[in-house]
Amino acid sequence: MSNQTTQLVPTPGQTVGPFYGYALPFEKDNELLAPGSPGSIRLQGTVYDGAGETVPDAILEIWQPDAQGNIVQKTGSFHRDGYSFTGWGRGAVGYSGVYTFTTVNPGPTSPGAAPFISVAIFARGLTNRLFTRIYLPEEQEALAKDPLLASLEPERRETLIARRDPDGGLTFDIRLQGEGETVFLDFQ
Amino acid sequence: MPHETTAQTDELVPAAEPKAGHAQLDRAVETQQDLSDEINGLADAYKRALKDGAPAETQPRLDYPPYRSSILRHPTKSLHHADPETIELYSPAFGHQDVHALESDLTIQHNGEPQGERIIVAGKVLDGDGRPVAGQLVEIWQANASGRYIHKRDQHPAPIDPNFTGIGRCITGPDGSYRFTTIKPGAYPWKNHLNAWRPAHIHFSLFGTEFTQRIITQMYFPGDQLFPLDPIYQTIVDQDARDRLVANYDHSLTEPEWALGYNWDIVLTGPKRTWTENEALGAEGDEE
Repeated sequence: MSNQTTQLVPTPGQTVGPFYGYALPFEKDNELLAPGSPGSIRLQGTVYDGAGETVPDAILEIWQPDAQGNIVQKTGSFHRDGYSFTGWGRGAVGYSGVYTFTTVNPGPTSPGAAPFISVAIFARGLTNRLFTRIYLPEEQEALAKDPLLASLEPERRETLIARRDPDGGLTFDIRLQGEGETVFLDFQ
Repeated sequence: MPHETTAQTDELVPAAEPKAGHAQLDRAVETQQDLSDEINGLADAYKRALKDGAPAETQPRLDYPPYRSSILRHPTKSLHHADPETIELYSPAFGHQDVHALESDLTIQHNGEPQGERIIVAGKVLDGDGRPVAGQLVEIWQANASGRYIHKRDQHPAPIDPNFTGIGRCITGPDGSYRFTTIKPGAYPWKNHLNAWRPAHIHFSLFGTEFTQRIITQMYFPGDQLFPLDPIYQTIVDQDARDRLVANYDHSLTEPEWALGYNWDIVLTGPKRTWTENEALGAEGDEE
């Protein structure tokens, strides 16, 4: 501890297991703002395994800037007051493997940057969490300049870009394995 | 072949549950010996690779077939390296608005005392530079002393304890410290193979100062005889790395005529962000 330059080896992760359902979810966990409030959108998607079956026991977290691209550092996610946008939410999938969040379209954190939502995925059978990003489908110019997207082959790149729904929401499916496998990220 | 409905799949349902991870039907009669042979085969191969100069693995393998549920749930492509950007370089903020101080005591959530061995689990959350992670959320959940989860899908025929739910939360102190009072969880059976038992463990969920440091893991107790037999613990093939999930019995944490103490420090990855002076000095994360 006295030597701040010493690099410590990180503690390993482990699967979230099957029984997080009474522990991790909380009231309004997936409502970053109230459904139907101005600017709110639905973000939804389905989690699939390598056989194309839906995964009914995954839990996701999203973390994102607000609509203006500000990174929010407000407490209160566990007791949402209905007004404060904290930028973070948690949502377990239902029996059909579908997750839902109520949130806003994230804004660009710097002018011209491609906005995205950061995602962590946990599931029974997944030995460690996975990270990915959800990009908005608009602003092709910004997407074309994005360093991560530019480093991917076109078909893999598509797995990180959400679809815009007719109601203004976003759909982003997650494929853990196989055809159309989502790009998962390593930050180390 | 048609796939079973995964909604019914559960690692703990004791009825004939032949389909962990959509595995074939004959998986249900696999013995511990079958599984141990696989586990040991992978361990030997890893040791040979180490000897030949391969780097030590510090995290679990995503692809670890002895944990049957992982077979169809691990990515087959390598994780794509990315430099964390903007939002990823920050973490959501939690504080005492989110978590009450009493939530760190799992033994006072009901009218009576829970059954079992009362324990204190305490330690620090540090980042990869050894800096304390201050003012951040720690969540835990666990089975009761009999090895039974309150979760409705846990059908293990061991008693539910009406005085124990098994959920705790706290916010780390300025020095990254956390502390829970709870009950030592029991081992529990699951359906990975015939006679499969999980070593006693507490699930831990942790945040750092950057979202890329987010982990969920499990803390184990020293000297558990089930370690070599457990495909989940063994998803980490490196012995030194596995050891990092095992708490130390700490008599200085033990309180006379009250509870046994276990110490467990958690090290997160990174950080990658260039810190401001305030952050480097350990500024309090809570806004209140």
